[in-house]
Amino acid sequence: MSWMRPLGRVLIPIVGAMAFAILLLLLAGANPFEALGLLVEGSVGSAANLSDTLTAWVTMVLAAAGLVVTFRAGLWNIGVEGQVIAGSIAAAFAARTIEGPVAVMIILTMLAGLIGGGLWGLLAGTLRVYGKVNEIFGGLGLTFVATSLTTYLIIGPWKKAGVASTGGTDPFPRDSWLPTIGTLRVSIVAVIVAALAVVAVYFMMRGTRFGLRLKAVGQNLRSAVLFGIPNKRYLLLAFIIGGALAGLAGTIRVTGFHHKLVPTPSGAHGYLGILIVLLAGFQAKWIAPIAFFFAAIAVGASQLPLQMEVDSSLGGILRGVLVLFVLLFGGWQARRAGARLVADAAPPVVPATPGGEG
Amino acid sequence: MRKQSGVSMILIVLLAFTLLAAACGEDTSETTAAPATTTTASSAEPLKFGMILVGPQNDRGWSQAHFEAGQYLEEQLGAEMIVLDKVNSADLPDKTVDQVAQDMINRGAQLVFLTSDDMRDGALLAAELNPTVPMIWSSGDSAWAEGEAPAPFDNLGNIMGRMEFGKMIAGCAAGLTTQTGSIAYLGPLINDETRRLVNSAFLGASYCWENYRGETTPLEFTVNWIGFWFNIPGFTLDPTQVANGFLDAGADVIISGIDTTEALDVAGQAADAGESVWALPYDFDGACELKPEICLGVPYFNWGPAYLEVAQSVIDGTFTATWQWNGPDWTDLNNKETTAIGFVKGDGLSADNASTLDQFIAGLADGSINPLVGPLNYQDGSTYLADGETATDQQIWYTKQLLEGVTGPSE
Repeated sequence: MSWMRPLGRVLIPIVGAMAFAILLLLLAGANPFEALGLLVEGSVGSAANLSDTLTAWVTMVLAAAGLVVTFRAGLWNIGVEGQVIAGSIAAAFAARTIEGPVAVMIILTMLAGLIGGGLWGLLAGTLRVYGKVNEIFGGLGLTFVATSLTTYLIIGPWKKAGVASTGGTDPFPRDSWLPTIGTLRVSIVAVIVAALAVVAVYFMMRGTRFGLRLKAVGQNLRSAVLFGIPNKRYLLLAFIIGGALAGLAGTIRVTGFHHKLVPTPSGAHGYLGILIVLLAGFQAKWIAPIAFFFAAIAVGASQLPLQMEVDSSLGGILRGVLVLFVLLFGGWQARRAGARLVADAAPPVVPATPGGEG
Repeated sequence: MRKQSGVSMILIVLLAFTLLAAACGEDTSETTAAPATTTTASSAEPLKFGMILVGPQNDRGWSQAHFEAGQYLEEQLGAEMIVLDKVNSADLPDKTVDQVAQDMINRGAQLVFLTSDDMRDGALLAAELNPTVPMIWSSGDSAWAEGEAPAPFDNLGNIMGRMEFGKMIAGCAAGLTTQTGSIAYLGPLINDETRRLVNSAFLGASYCWENYRGETTPLEFTVNWIGFWFNIPGFTLDPTQVANGFLDAGADVIISGIDTTEALDVAGQAADAGESVWALPYDFDGACELKPEICLGVPYFNWGPAYLEVAQSVIDGTFTATWQWNGPDWTDLNNKETTAIGFVKGDGLSADNASTLDQFIAGLADGSINPLVGPLNYQDGSTYLADGETATDQQIWYTKQLLEGVTGPSE
């Protein structure tokens, strides 16, 4: 029954969170089953809802895929949020300054996002590798910088003519929007890109020299050196790849969702990516379904206040509860794993970083 | 072996999710499908309309005024409102405005109100994608053929109240009351609308300061902008801090231009500490109730009558997308069935000043007072209105700068 444990790892916090959510809904005087029904219906119940959920799923998946690479290298790339934002800024720059047909703009904005996010990752990596700044602090600091830069651009150089509002920039020209079909909001291009990214990361970590060496670096920095792996270069590469995928997520947030730069372009999808990867046990194959669950909650929850007399914050609370349960269970599991010290068939790296178990 | 189990794990999770979806989907299909079928069954079925709010529906400001207009439609027409509040990219990161409008339409809304300046792009996109569904983008200008940016959608109208009068009245109350001769305006973001309203408040304040009080030293009138319609921590300036800054700098009346009530809260705390300060909140007729004794009054929007008219036209099948800029009912500023904007005096306004304010209002009503007549200059010294020139609708709506005499950035 080798699949029981991983399945439990995913299902136990979800079921626990759901039970707690039902309790909360009862306390709020709402019918929990109607609420959960709406949540499901609002996320997958119609083509339009499923399309909105997939739109959120795409960016969560991309951020998470990038995180698999950095986590496997033993890095707590908390700065992923800033890398998503950097990707959004870079893609917005391309969309605002370059004119071209849709196909060209898709490629250019995505390239811009890859570069923007990759550079932001490289910054955190440089701080870590050469500046001895722990990547958690470096990443958080860089996220703060990216956020401030976004606000500055929106209210400064990129503001609408005669307007100073943090609401957002002017919409991009239509040629820079990811193409959609009918009134559905999801872009097939985005879904394909996300799926390809997961598959690529899966095979890269599993079957390539690079992936195996990266894992070696992640497992034990010192012995990797003894084996002749240039660990600095590998750490930096992990940051660049992770950041680039996050930047791609940032691109799709602005070209496929907001269609402009807003102060919060990522919508915390970078942070959600961290939770998804934790829940996935750092394995690429689990990202897609777990991200789908998070996307469904995020999108479906907006239906609750539409249909029921509940406060619109409830969706956020549900998500918070879920996160809490994931962390609690993840921490408990990490402790158990630490106590056992059994080499699993495919051991998830438990990055040895201070405070990491939280 | 391991590969197989990995695949089966994914399958199991997907299967579980699908089962859950199917099980719960059945539950909801009964509740949601029932009204949908009856909608088509008879034309007597009540109107279903969507109401998209940028802030909380109980903000005692802009959003609550719209929410209560929606409730007014429910009362008057037996209509059913689908409402979603806090629709902005910070509070609702995974839905755009146009997606929310789409959700409401998919839930059967036959009319959607998009009630913020910030919803322009979403309103245009939703109108384009749903060309048969009537929509109102409140405070916008997309349906104004003589405006600067008319949009080609037959289904998207605009409604706005002539709040410049409300702000003139608010400014007058401030000008009559101030002891330090220094008035502050807590501004939201900067655009044509907010510059228009700051200038209106300034003109009202100056008029009453000079004409009723006979003051010859110019009034100090300062505006500071927080960056959005309400506080978004980390992205806007904190309106509480900005308001405190006004008081520290010597202002004793704060006029609020933001959606929420921080100006009144801050002034209330200062008053509790013994200072002589006052405030004028904005948008919502009940806004003074939080701190009545230092509230000089509140200029508010009364969206009900215009929204009712639009809803009725949708029911009758006669909707046309128009740009409406509706004025006050000068015979009774607070007649909820007729006026588009109103003004409720606060307890902080002295009896003398209240009667002077009535004179001012009467002057605005009969046209004997019109502060929007030149000569008036913009902040940079350029001419806004030449001597004797009366402002046109375009000149008022598209206010490009703050007026000479106002301290604070124009953009």
